[in-house]
Amino acid sequence: MPLGYNFSFMPARVSLFVTCLVDQFFPRVGLAMAEVLERLGYRVEFPEAQTCCGQPAFNTGYREEARCVARHFLSVFADADYIVAPSGSCTSMIACHYEELFRRDPAALSEVRRLKPRLWEFSQFLLQVAGVEDVGARLPAVVTYHDSCHALRELGIREGPRRLLARVRELQLREMPAGAECCGFGGTFSVKFPEISASMVRAKIEAIRQTGADYVVSVDVSCLMQIQGALNRAGLPVGTLHLAEVLARQ
Amino acid sequence: MTNQPLVRIRETLGDARLQEAIYAATGRLIEHRRQVVAPEALPDYQELREQARRIKEHTLENLDAYLEQFEAEVRARGGEVVWARDGAEVADFLVELGRRSGARLIVKSKSMTAEEIGLRERLEAQHFEVVETDLGEYIIQLAHERPYHIVAPALHKTRYEVGEIFSQKLGVPRENEPERQTRIARAVLRQKFLAADIGITGANFLVADCGAVVLVENEGNARLTTSAPRIHVAVAGIEKLVPRAQDLAVFLKLLGRSATGQPLTVYTSILSGPRRAGERDGPEQFYVVLLDNGRTRVLAERDKRETLYCIRCGACANHCPVYRRIGGHNYPWVYSGPIGQIASPQFQGLTQDPWLPFASSLCGACAEVCPVKIEIPRLLLELRAEVVKARTRERQNRWERAAFRLWAWVMTRPRVYEALSLAAGLLASEEAGPNWLRRLPALLNAGPLRAWLDYRDLPLPGRSFRQLWRRRTAKVRE
Repeated sequence: MPLGYNFSFMPARVSLFVTCLVDQFFPRVGLAMAEVLERLGYRVEFPEAQTCCGQPAFNTGYREEARCVARHFLSVFADADYIVAPSGSCTSMIACHYEELFRRDPAALSEVRRLKPRLWEFSQFLLQVAGVEDVGARLPAVVTYHDSCHALRELGIREGPRRLLARVRELQLREMPAGAECCGFGGTFSVKFPEISASMVRAKIEAIRQTGADYVVSVDVSCLMQIQGALNRAGLPVGTLHLAEVLARQ
Repeated sequence: MTNQPLVRIRETLGDARLQEAIYAATGRLIEHRRQVVAPEALPDYQELREQARRIKEHTLENLDAYLEQFEAEVRARGGEVVWARDGAEVADFLVELGRRSGARLIVKSKSMTAEEIGLRERLEAQHFEVVETDLGEYIIQLAHERPYHIVAPALHKTRYEVGEIFSQKLGVPRENEPERQTRIARAVLRQKFLAADIGITGANFLVADCGAVVLVENEGNARLTTSAPRIHVAVAGIEKLVPRAQDLAVFLKLLGRSATGQPLTVYTSILSGPRRAGERDGPEQFYVVLLDNGRTRVLAERDKRETLYCIRCGACANHCPVYRRIGGHNYPWVYSGPIGQIASPQFQGLTQDPWLPFASSLCGACAEVCPVKIEIPRLLLELRAEVVKARTRERQNRWERAAFRLWAWVMTRPRVYEALSLAAGLLASEEAGPNWLRRLPALLNAGPLRAWLDYRDLPLPGRSFRQLWRRRTAKVRE
């Protein structure tokens, strides 16, 4: 039985929350994610009214503005069955910080609690909902996996993406030294403190270089954007791929 | 933010020698800790953290009662408790005590609380000779600096620099071997211990049920500070209390491991009261100065009071990628690293250094290693919101606020959002490559954005996902 089918023999419905960054700058990641999910038998939808989760404002201290955008998110995804996002950071914003954001708004708070169990980061969804490790992907390359901080420390995502990568044909996974160290992006942190952020990513790409990998893979495009910028400047021939892009390769 | 801190941060980042020293020293501390908290070495590590947090939570919830119990227990053992509102009151007490007892020379063991109130400087201003006896702290005293790290005050000094400082300040031949340097310091400090009238220490813990001061150290200098001079004064923040002696079993397991990767430090002293009849050593007088200095104010803020749970292990700093680059002296107060980033605004006010809570990528490494599970990233976010509120009141953030309001307006209007994304697509073009944003009008492309783009690229915004998705859906329908 195809995994995405439930007992009523109707394909289960997945609503993509592609995140604003993927929407604007990395659309191929969203498409790859849709492709993998469709291959597994899910009916994939894209609620067009979606924009952002509100994290930039929340992390910069603008809670009222963050609440506006978060309310918009809640209304767009109110009737979704599953919400799947190609980002540990945005998923964590909704799953871990919306309650804090709406602590004085009982109506929104109950909305958040209703939505939370239906929200999944992409790799979590594959492993815990679809129950699949091998999606039939092939990528003849050496890759190293970058733990994004919010996926790792707020959502506890560590082994999952590695298990998925281990099943990709012809792919060789190599761990980088000090892999759990932040790449230095941190949203507005990289705008307010660009030099500290740059120093952090330099250590990261040095660790990546040591693995001899062809690609760095992560579940967050924000980290990958930061890392790719540093790789370009260092002239290192290493590419960046979102996990969904790897899993979509055949 | 004001430019001064940024300029100094840039200097630190540009100092290759210093960068190497900080990174190597913190790297060693990280590795040592990792080994002793690993599940094979300490299977109940996570339970211990949880328990430690709960003990602190409980103690602070009932702090009034435990403080009184502590005071009664100290008195019952022949000691004295002195309550001090701030550093000036601590200094007043010590100056008075010094005059009364004819003291001239004071030896001191390492204490962040004493650093916090500038105690050494205050006493020196009153013509006491005050000598730091912790090796790192002694180096810092000779160099006229402040501690670089909560646990390792001279973390940033190489042995060559220490050799230089010793030869300059002590008039000894230059020695670059740490072992020889230690011998030099030891020879000087032994004389001071023997001649000192008062010994001042901090306290790692205060135990309510037995009126004890607990000191944790590796050099034996705190033990000498508390036993050689006639008078021992422990200066401690009121948050240092734990209810029962048995609670130490939890905290001592965590402190050494988190700080330096030691299952226990070399010396653990549990001191209660002065020398009793028939005892051969210990001071004749024993005082505990309980310091507020803003702690009751922090205590009153229920959702942020966990800052007071801190047991000063420094693990958050060791693991912080920001501390590991900007080092300890770019933080505005004596408490550096992530704990300093939440303690400074809470103790000293938000407006003093409004940039501080923002200097974090919110990676969460600090919270992951904190032995009492302080949710540092949550508090940083909380403090950021408070800074924004304060700056909004003072109308200091008009541009930033306008930008975020506009952003929120766009993000709640999908059609406007899409129109803007189309416009960005027009601005960018293939030949501009990754530098497309530099084509923005100069005004928009100055300042923060420019600096950001010096280090990273924003990809070309070609077609957005939603455009591609529509096209894809249309194709499927055909």
